Amino acid sequence: MSASPLAALGRRAFLKSGGALVVGFGLGARPDLAAAQNRARGAAAGPPDPKQIDTWLAIHADNTATLYIGFVELGQGTTTALPQIAAEELDLSLEQIRTVQTDTNVTPNQGGTYSSASIARGGPQVRTAAAEARQALLKLASERLGVPAAELHVASGIVTVAGTRRSVTYGELIGDQLFEIPFTGNAPVKAPADYRIVGVPAPRKDLPAKVSGSFTYVQHQRLPGMLHGRVVRPRGQRAYGVGAKVQNVDETSIRDIAGVRVLRKGDFLGVVAPNEWDAVRAAAQLNVVWDETPSLPAFDALYAHMRSAATQDTIVLDNGAAVDAFGKAAHQTTFATHCPYQAHATFAPNCALADVKPGSALVMCSSQDIYGTRRVLAPLLGLAESDIRVQFCDGSGTYGHSCYDDVAQAAALLSQLAGAPVRVQLMRWDEHGWDPYGPAHVGEVRAAADAAGKIVAYEYHGWHHHWSLIETSQQLALGSAPDEWNNLVSQQVSPANCGAMYAIENKRLVDHRLTTANYLRGGWLRSPLDLSMSFTSEQAIDDLAFRLDMDPYEFRQRNIADERWLGVLDAAARAAGWTPRPGRTARGEGNVVRGRGIGLGTHLSSWGGAVADVEVNRATGRVAVKHLYGAMDAGLVVNPGIVEAQITGQLVQTASRMLLEEVTFNERGVTSLDWASYPVMRFTDCPEVTPIVVQRLTERHFGAGEEVMAAAAAAIANAFFDATGVRMREFPFTPRRVLAALA
Amino acid sequence: MANELRIRVNDRQHTVSAAPDTPLLYVLTNELTLRGPRFGCGLAQCGSCSVLIDGEERRSCVTPVSAVEGRQVTTLEGLPDWYAEQHKLARSPALHPIQQALLDEQALQCGYCANGMIIKAAELLAQNAAPTDAEIRTAMNGHLCRCGTYPRIIAAIKRAARAIQGTGA
Repeated sequence: MSASPLAALGRRAFLKSGGALVVGFGLGARPDLAAAQNRARGAAAGPPDPKQIDTWLAIHADNTATLYIGFVELGQGTTTALPQIAAEELDLSLEQIRTVQTDTNVTPNQGGTYSSASIARGGPQVRTAAAEARQALLKLASERLGVPAAELHVASGIVTVAGTRRSVTYGELIGDQLFEIPFTGNAPVKAPADYRIVGVPAPRKDLPAKVSGSFTYVQHQRLPGMLHGRVVRPRGQRAYGVGAKVQNVDETSIRDIAGVRVLRKGDFLGVVAPNEWDAVRAAAQLNVVWDETPSLPAFDALYAHMRSAATQDTIVLDNGAAVDAFGKAAHQTTFATHCPYQAHATFAPNCALADVKPGSALVMCSSQDIYGTRRVLAPLLGLAESDIRVQFCDGSGTYGHSCYDDVAQAAALLSQLAGAPVRVQLMRWDEHGWDPYGPAHVGEVRAAADAAGKIVAYEYHGWHHHWSLIETSQQLALGSAPDEWNNLVSQQVSPANCGAMYAIENKRLVDHRLTTANYLRGGWLRSPLDLSMSFTSEQAIDDLAFRLDMDPYEFRQRNIADERWLGVLDAAARAAGWTPRPGRTARGEGNVVRGRGIGLGTHLSSWGGAVADVEVNRATGRVAVKHLYGAMDAGLVVNPGIVEAQITGQLVQTASRMLLEEVTFNERGVTSLDWASYPVMRFTDCPEVTPIVVQRLTERHFGAGEEVMAAAAAAIANAFFDATGVRMREFPFTPRRVLAALA
Repeated sequence: MANELRIRVNDRQHTVSAAPDTPLLYVLTNELTLRGPRFGCGLAQCGSCSVLIDGEERRSCVTPVSAVEGRQVTTLEGLPDWYAEQHKLARSPALHPIQQALLDEQALQCGYCANGMIIKAAELLAQNAAPTDAEIRTAMNGHLCRCGTYPRIIAAIKRAARAIQGTGA
């Protein structure tokens, strides 16, 4: 390796520009250091400097490129779509670009892979970095070929002098050397009209290995000399504030299993063994007496408990004079709902490996945010953050903050206690039982319209608790107080979702925050709180249309001023072949009735519209979602194929959450611990789906990983009303609940 | 206590040391380091760990390793060979048609369920060359996908059925 070729250019630029800028100058003057730095990528604790192009990109001698991104692959296509953006700006083919797994020693810190941020936030970063790298490469090519950059043309990383056959490749220009230039963000980017790769479906890069069986999930990772670990906990969490208290451990209960060690720190308890089955058996067989003092509200008393508990109240939005406006309106509706705790229920329970030594630690896990995971591991292990390396390894889809941090901490604690590398695989009941659930929600909405069908007033009140900041392993090991995440918009009554799609002059949103310590652990679950809020809000809007004897689609159209909301509403209605109908139009014979509903919603950004067709059996209480149409406008969509897949998944998961999913518990703990006690959507009940991408080539990117779920939840609820004439005030729509509502 | 057990996996004989009650899954993943069958629930509820035993889909997480002595175990890794043998092909394809169809449909998201989906669909297609939608849904109902890819998996199974019939294999 030699000095950066750009450094020479940089030196001249430095002189020309009178001494401003050009960070690469210093490094370029020391070729030994530049070469060593590139070889040593990963040798030191990150994050690498985001203001350097080398942090984001490397061009290799074989004319391929590596893109270093801080977002992780969760099955949502990030490792395909971000390379599409880089390939577009660099004029490389998609096949020429690869990514590496995120790693706190290697990849930049772009924040966590949540809030559907990979493309919305990461897209512009990757685009401008790639454009700046291209600009630098063209500068080198211009020197090499002796023509101005404006006369150069690039395709597949081959730079050609226009009208000639003279060319040089990116690989020949800089192959495997550092750029050593600052990332200013000032390089011009392509105009959307020139896109060849962005905006076009491309197959996912990770799928061939996933179908062949050669793909390495975290569950397949092994470390030399490692032990297999399992956590030992009560089956099902108690209230977040009380954790789990060990009263007695009888190690003689597992003396027939050779080679097993019981490890303990505070109330954190686990077993390790060289053989995995021995660890599994020992964790199940170990006789532990736990404190079983009741700590939770009774299941049937949850919502009354939430509604009567002390709250911290925030007026999220107060436009106009909502309270006064209700008195003057021609039509008014009030509507209150109960919305359950729901689990991430990752398809594979989380798994992590750790090798903790005095002064250093390596942790491999499926974290959405490896730098965040590193930050919380440091105090737990008594190490500095810079002593810890966290590497992401793909797990199954997580849909938010499942037990990935918890298992990373469990593996690290057991490794530290055992003095050996440890792999911890959570069992099914650990993952279901100790999940930071999507919090339960009580919603109360009031909405009013004038005689002409204009919504004139809207008020939403929501009760729920926030997300748990302390992971279970830490809480048990250190006895940490049950702290909460603060000031995150996704934990509150959402101004982006509650009535946001309608032009309403008088609007008031009030958030009533409960203390998590009295309830179950909370965490962000895909489209946090949105299904609950749209279930409440959009049923009230529908009810206004019904009271006005207006078609619910037309009523919404009339009250929307924003073309993006109109766009998804119309797209969903058009795909479904919506037929205008005032009032209710239940169809069907005998006990089986069918209905159709429409709804709108989002998470923080993007626009979602949905239509649902449902069938309700009035005798059995069974509800079937027959077809879901979901339209999403996420601005410029990089890979419409991937977003169609995302919409499909969101529609099916929403049907699952509305019909089937609820965390159950009694005063002593959670009782939904597996797929039998926490059922989810299966093949036979899965609706037909029609995903619709509303492409906006000239708009900025917004998220696409969760934004049509709220709309679909509302559409299902409104379709139920259309079928039965009854509004559901609680979900999921289990036969017991449906029969009670219809009685 | 650990015993020496002889098991036949993907047409190869292996001698493994394991307690007879050890679930086959742990032997496949830890002793044979296979990546097809994988842990999902340990309760035979989800299908992550599915393998074919004498051509029938079984949950390796609840099948004691001692129960497969003398039987043929086929995992995802061995599926193309199994397909070739079944259809008397001179050479094994790179992928079983259902694997190719899943790629063609871009059906997977996280892909963790793929092992069970592929194993079960291969069993179905071996028994029913042209399954209807309803037959597919019924056959596949014991396999869960949390990402919600069912509609595309159904499409892939139909595509694979067409491909198998088209080749006359």
